[in-house]
Amino acid sequence: MMMEKLALRSRILLAGAAMSALLLAGAPAGAVTPADTLVEGFAIDDIISMDPGEAFELSTAEVTGNTYDLLVRLDLSDTSKVKPDLAESWTVSDDGLTYTFKLKPGLKFASGNPITAADVAYSFERAVKLDKSPAFIIDQFGISGDNVTEKAKAVDDTTFQFTVDKAYAPSFVLNCLSATVASVVDAKLVKEHVAAVTPSADYKWDNDFGNAWLKTGYAGSGAYKLREWRANEAVVMERNDNYHGDKAKLARVIYRNMKESSAQRLALEAGDIDVARNLEPNDLDAIAKNADLTSTSAPKGTVYYISLNQKNPNLAKPEVRQAFKYLVDYDALSTTILKGIGEIHQSFLPKGDLGAVDDNPFKLDVAKAKELLAKAGLPDGFSVTMDVRTGQPTTGMAESIQQTLGQAGIKLEIIPGDGKQTLTKYRARNHDIYIGNWGQDYFDPNSNAQTFASNPDNSDAGKSHTLAWRNAWDIPDLTKETESALLEKDAGKRADMYKDLEKKILDTSPFVIIHQQLEVAGLRKNLKGFALGPSFDTNFVGPVSKE
Amino acid sequence: MSAVENESGRGSARAVALASSLGRFLVIAITTYLGLLAVTFFIGRVIPIDPVLAVLGDRAPANVVERTRREMGLDLPLVEQFYIYVKNALSGDFGTSVLTTNPVMTDIRRALPATTELATLGTLIGALFGVPLGVLAAVRRGSIIDQVVRVIGLIGYSVPIFWLGLLGLVLFYAKLQWVAFPARLDVVYEYTFTPITGFYLLDAAMQGQWDVFWDAFRHIILPASLLGYFSLAYISRMTRSFMLNELAQEYIVAARAKGLSETRIIWGHALRNAAVPMVTVIALSYAGLLEGSVLTETVFSWPGIGLYITNSLQNADMNAVLGGTIVIGSVFIGINLLSDLLYRVLDPRTKSA
Repeated sequence: MMMEKLALRSRILLAGAAMSALLLAGAPAGAVTPADTLVEGFAIDDIISMDPGEAFELSTAEVTGNTYDLLVRLDLSDTSKVKPDLAESWTVSDDGLTYTFKLKPGLKFASGNPITAADVAYSFERAVKLDKSPAFIIDQFGISGDNVTEKAKAVDDTTFQFTVDKAYAPSFVLNCLSATVASVVDAKLVKEHVAAVTPSADYKWDNDFGNAWLKTGYAGSGAYKLREWRANEAVVMERNDNYHGDKAKLARVIYRNMKESSAQRLALEAGDIDVARNLEPNDLDAIAKNADLTSTSAPKGTVYYISLNQKNPNLAKPEVRQAFKYLVDYDALSTTILKGIGEIHQSFLPKGDLGAVDDNPFKLDVAKAKELLAKAGLPDGFSVTMDVRTGQPTTGMAESIQQTLGQAGIKLEIIPGDGKQTLTKYRARNHDIYIGNWGQDYFDPNSNAQTFASNPDNSDAGKSHTLAWRNAWDIPDLTKETESALLEKDAGKRADMYKDLEKKILDTSPFVIIHQQLEVAGLRKNLKGFALGPSFDTNFVGPVSKE
Repeated sequence: MSAVENESGRGSARAVALASSLGRFLVIAITTYLGLLAVTFFIGRVIPIDPVLAVLGDRAPANVVERTRREMGLDLPLVEQFYIYVKNALSGDFGTSVLTTNPVMTDIRRALPATTELATLGTLIGALFGVPLGVLAAVRRGSIIDQVVRVIGLIGYSVPIFWLGLLGLVLFYAKLQWVAFPARLDVVYEYTFTPITGFYLLDAAMQGQWDVFWDAFRHIILPASLLGYFSLAYISRMTRSFMLNELAQEYIVAARAKGLSETRIIWGHALRNAAVPMVTVIALSYAGLLEGSVLTETVFSWPGIGLYITNSLQNADMNAVLGGTIVIGSVFIGINLLSDLLYRVLDPRTKSA
């Protein structure tokens, strides 16, 4: 009896004691990441494929930018230009249709295979024939699955020729070729992994061009090679010793999927990660106060805006559109919700683009807005709804705008929703007001001009779902102007045409563009050479080292 | 009547009872599965999210959107879609997840052990502490101990778990550095450790990699303790009420009259009898944790099933949602069956019936 009682009691006691002993013994010295490894905490759950011919997500862009090479790359010292990458030089024919690239000598893929013009041609062929989301960046030059082998071909081992259908501005063509979809893949390696496909009406080809394999595989030549991507967990990259440029300083880079800003901050403070990539303003403040940490930021090609659906008769009035631009408290936003993560920017071309204008004429001016509303026949305001994706900064922005609109008598009802839900409604043109962001698809002014200032067919059946279309803004003249800017060969004149477009959009459009996104990263101070680039595919980690 | 006849009579009665309970189980299982299928399908169609958007993102051109819609079978009539959906599910084909591009079963095979490991440890902690606390509260009913246990339980029940999680991280990870940062393992082990079963503690022990075991333990202990606290709150309350019920029984009075020690009465007799309904309570709480506690998994970057399904649902990744729901449904049904069986073992009355 006694024995039993003792046994029971001591068993419970033992378990408790063991538990606390384990906890106490576990006190380690401050954590450090390995000296040859960069560890980043990053929300990478948007990645769906590592195939550069398919991927179009922001996190993937960063990985592709570090693991693959291109013919030409964005020149980070002047982002309105490109600079050589795999191509040593290029020429444009007099008729403006044929681009001839000469490859650098002695280039090798990470696999050891030589990089030839045939690899470049195959990369274009597979991207176009796969016809995934980013393929239009190449297709827009009059290229399709039927003619791509003619239009993008290897003349000899080191000469690649690209033929376009119109005499486009060379800056436009070259900027597009700096997009990740034009990344050069190791054709020999990919061809070892192609899977057979039964051709159908939707897909005319008899193989998948290695797409199934390349979703998680790797066939590139960048500063780092991709070792592994585990969905929602981690991306692991290793130094590529065959890289043609400056070799990466660290042996490996690990991106760990961490969604939560405060968890990232804690891990950064403890030294378990070297870089935190998704910090919110309050966590950034805490990092600024910590002597071991610092932060860096760079404006990205993403603008945040609210847009007014022209199907709503009140919002369709020009004076109302104008009034909304005076009813946003830009200054208050920039010092609170957007502090450290956004810069006020009111024109549709992000800073860094060719022709981008950065004067921000609008300020909060309730009296002026009231005057405009009176002119529109709505002196007492009206009621209207806004679809807002939950989360920041959109919710905070919407609440601020709700308050300033109220000062002019406009009653705004906020309809919160999940991101994909509000987007579905927006794309069906069922909203009144939408608050969202737009990131450019490739680093050229046409990317944003085409969506903000062009709407080829405003009918509900219209195929081109540009932002102008989504807000039912019918603009035949601006659409023509956007098209003609594409054909202007002189880069200076081309820039002026975009400045003109930006001015017209500022004055008349249903878009109230508010700010340009700043990408921020919190860093351990022992990191050297960490910098964020102007786009997501130029966040290079090759130059990063540790002290 | 001979003893042999009696035995065989009882045996066949038992077989009939077994068959009927098995039959009842099958009926329940099948209707539950069909219900699950219908509900997931229904949810997938009523959420106002375009599934193509989930696959392609906002920037895909119109022709790609159209083609993908056809490839996903979304242009077919709803009835036909449901037929294909059920047919594939019945043949065990849960399709491919849009978000991870893996077959759904591959994803689940990776996510489920992560959740199971966490839930098992959490339930162990909950039961180990919850049962004694509950017993103590019942025995000292109305005393200060009872009040303390009640408050502990109430806090565990009412404080949001993600808040407790963050608080735990700040205290035990950031300040005291007792536990490791949110993940399953440290970065250094990414290269040296190959999981076999997906239960990292078990895998490390099996391979004799005690440093990995220790690291995995330092990662799991905080989220597991939180879940443990959460289930402790529930288990201790239930134990208390079961024990109070038992302590009021006549056999307790009889035992006291017989002069048995109080300890023997409480731990040996009353708890023994209270243990029968306790098994169901603990099993249910375990099943609840196995569904994956989304918030805990988010805060601790734990790649488990709850996070997987929630992510998928938000992105209209219906294949993943369906697969996940079916698997969790199976686990739930399995655990219920198991606790039924345990019930029989623990309660002698069900044996003789």
